Amino acid sequence: MVFIPLKLAGEAAAPLGAMVGTDPAEPHLLVVPQPRNRDLRFAFMSELAQIMLPYIEGFATAKETVSGRNERERYLDAPQVIVPGRRGVEFVRLLGRSTRFRRSDGPYPVDPSVPVLGQWLTFLYERGELAGSSALLAMTDALSLHWATGQSPMEDANLATLLAWISPPPGLTGQEAAAAAENPIDRPPAGPDTDPGFDAQVLQPAIRAYDASGSPALVRQALRTQLEPTWRLMWEAVDLMRALPEAASVAERWAIDRDQYTREVTRLAEGGPPRGRRDQAGPAAIRLWDMEGAQQSYDAQRAYDDPLVMTEHRAAGKAFTGEAVHVDADRKILLPGGKKPVPRPLVTVRTSDPVRLTPGKRVFSVHRRRQSGEIVEIDGDLIVVQLNDQLAKGAGVPTPGDAVCFTELDLGGRIRPGFPTGEETPWTHGGPPAAYVPTDEDAVEAWS
Amino acid sequence: MTVPHSTPYSTPHSTRFPTGGTAETADSADSAGGTGGFGSAAEAAGRATAAILADFAGGGHRGVIVDSPPGAGKSTLVVTSTLELAGAGERLMIVAQTNEQVDDLADKIAMRNPALTVGRLHKDGFQVPERVVRHPGVTASKKIDDVASCAVVLATADKWAYVSGHTWKWAIIDEAYQMRSDKLLAIAALFEQALFVGDPGQLDPFSVVDTERWAGLAWDPMQSAVAVSARLNDLPVHRLPVSWRLPASAAPLISEAFYPFTPFRSGTAHGDRSLEFTAAGFPASWDGTLDEAAATGWALHELPSRHTIRTDADAVQACAALATRLLRRGPVAHDEHGSHVVDATRIAIGAAHNDQVAAIRAAGVPPGVTVDTANRLQGREYDVTIVLHPLSGRRDATAFHLESGRLCVLTSRHRHACVVVARAGIPELLDAHPSTGRVRLNVPVKFPDGWEANHAVLAHLAAHRVPG
Repeated sequence: MVFIPLKLAGEAAAPLGAMVGTDPAEPHLLVVPQPRNRDLRFAFMSELAQIMLPYIEGFATAKETVSGRNERERYLDAPQVIVPGRRGVEFVRLLGRSTRFRRSDGPYPVDPSVPVLGQWLTFLYERGELAGSSALLAMTDALSLHWATGQSPMEDANLATLLAWISPPPGLTGQEAAAAAENPIDRPPAGPDTDPGFDAQVLQPAIRAYDASGSPALVRQALRTQLEPTWRLMWEAVDLMRALPEAASVAERWAIDRDQYTREVTRLAEGGPPRGRRDQAGPAAIRLWDMEGAQQSYDAQRAYDDPLVMTEHRAAGKAFTGEAVHVDADRKILLPGGKKPVPRPLVTVRTSDPVRLTPGKRVFSVHRRRQSGEIVEIDGDLIVVQLNDQLAKGAGVPTPGDAVCFTELDLGGRIRPGFPTGEETPWTHGGPPAAYVPTDEDAVEAWS
Repeated sequence: MTVPHSTPYSTPHSTRFPTGGTAETADSADSAGGTGGFGSAAEAAGRATAAILADFAGGGHRGVIVDSPPGAGKSTLVVTSTLELAGAGERLMIVAQTNEQVDDLADKIAMRNPALTVGRLHKDGFQVPERVVRHPGVTASKKIDDVASCAVVLATADKWAYVSGHTWKWAIIDEAYQMRSDKLLAIAALFEQALFVGDPGQLDPFSVVDTERWAGLAWDPMQSAVAVSARLNDLPVHRLPVSWRLPASAAPLISEAFYPFTPFRSGTAHGDRSLEFTAAGFPASWDGTLDEAAATGWALHELPSRHTIRTDADAVQACAALATRLLRRGPVAHDEHGSHVVDATRIAIGAAHNDQVAAIRAAGVPPGVTVDTANRLQGREYDVTIVLHPLSGRRDATAFHLESGRLCVLTSRHRHACVVVARAGIPELLDAHPSTGRVRLNVPVKFPDGWEANHAVLAHLAAHRVPG
């Protein structure tokens, strides 16, 4: 689903309008004709919920059973929301933060779908914080991962110029097309911030007209001119991305997104409360552990999947490729404290890479994932690696002449240590915190 | 240019630990000078240790914090406290941050009291070095059940995080300023009372992911273990007043630049330490720099001002050549313990980035000389260090390069002399990039400021400049 939100200039999180949908031919245009009116904001959110919730909840149908140590069920697919840029991701967080504590009863009731959407937007944002998740993507980030341009990273954050550079119209070079795409009249900003010229010349009169007449037609018309060009660009970019071959680890990463989606569906079905404003000590530590683990796995997976990414690590001396020139497959050694010799094959690799790993360093085989070894000796361009595991499990041993690649990048997957739960929080971290109970004050907090 | 030293802030404790700090053990009245004799320094250090032990073992507080400047006898304190508690029949756990630190402590404890049962807990597949397992009292195992009955159990924080089902009354946490708050959280259920020992001037813990969402929380997992405990509890803060590592030429500068509110002094006086070369030098630039360092304890090997890439070929070459030349001149160090030849293992070259380290190694460093980043040099000690200044040749001064802990680690590893290699023009670079970190709500202000500390060090080095 493509989601292009706009916000009112000068406000932190006042939605002005949005274009959203799953079909390029059928964009839904939502507007807030007077963005300073809180009631209209909630009306906008409830309208947005009518489009987004059926999409998000619609994946909770077919399940598969995942066997293994942690047997569980998960849905076969999960929602994916794409916004134009990182500011859009941040805006999703703010929308979730502004709506997830609302109530459909009490002093300032809102439509029951609004807090549910708030919870889902929060879920999407929090998934997006973990490296490798595809639940909430910024299109400019996704494109920059696959295409290099002559622009600075800041210029690459502009969807219009980035796309112009990647696929310039016939007869133009990327640079010329990008320069032409900088014109805010033809290519309005992708949001959530709007063009100041548009704000002053078009938007302000349109909002005044709404205040005077009560008809949102002018505001709708104004926002359509701002959103439609970006809408087309977003789908153009989606087509570009779909044409790319899928990397080997994508299915594994998407499975994590599906797992988390399944858990969130269950949690919300059981009436799970909205996430608190702040993390407590335990959840914060767990989240940091998860974020670092995800980053480590993602970095390693990218390098394993893509030889060009691996080249970067090879240049930095963290990996090397070469030819296995000698393999001692039947070598057995007696481990200290062990009773009988265990197989520890030696592979000698000839490489021309500038290796900066040292003997004793743990390395991983890229061609036989999950097989690790350690560097025994480095002598000029010859490196001797001792293979330590996965020998019985069929990973096997290279034969002389094979191309091999070893790296220190670890796919990760270590078990998380037990962090204390809320009531077990130790004295060093302030003792058990007061349990969070959503209150009426949360529900009526001003949307600033 | 003047260097901004004076600070309008009041007492050290009210700024660093808003809730903490009643105990005051350092004799701060006369500790800034660094000229105190060996005897009075030893007395001051002894008094500090006694007060710490009384406070910790007295049981009046759940935790006691000990701030230790570089080389102030941190490990000695840990070993002494361990023997004291174990001697009274108590069981205790010791947490350090790296396997090397754990092995060092285990070795020292077993050496001081061979009768004590010491458990060395380690991860699966780790080879405990010979210097630890040679002691008959030491049991090394990957399973806690094998060592839980020992009087003292040592492991890294990472290993302790996976231990459960056992508790200790006492814990000693070494290098606690390098331990992240979330690591402390994972092990805090194992002990009742803790002694936090560490050096506040070194590098803060870091993460590869964006941790802004927790900024300002009292339990922000990115803080150090000391910071979180001190923020949420009223813990006494002690400090060790004497650096036994730093020579009299270095302690005043390091104390003033990096520990502005908690001054310390050197345990030795001017003249107690000296470095001499057995081979005479040429009037060439390497020798000029080395002579200056030997005579005064500091030298700034200054290359012409230029903007360069990170692995500046000239600066890298200078670092390697200085180390080579230093060894060729047969340096002999005289100190309070006698005289010894400074061999390659007593020399280190420090830099800010991994690629700089790799470039220096590739430039041809004599075998045995340590070349490493500031992060990995933490806690180590050498006779002579050669430092590639983090800001040398840069166009900008980012928070990474300005971090005071980085420069502090690099300039406080030596017992005799420190040679800094840098491009000219760093003071001007600093003036062009005033410190502009983002200010966040509820985040305690941190001292010293890296920008100011950098200026202080450069102002001092200006007097020891040798054009390269």
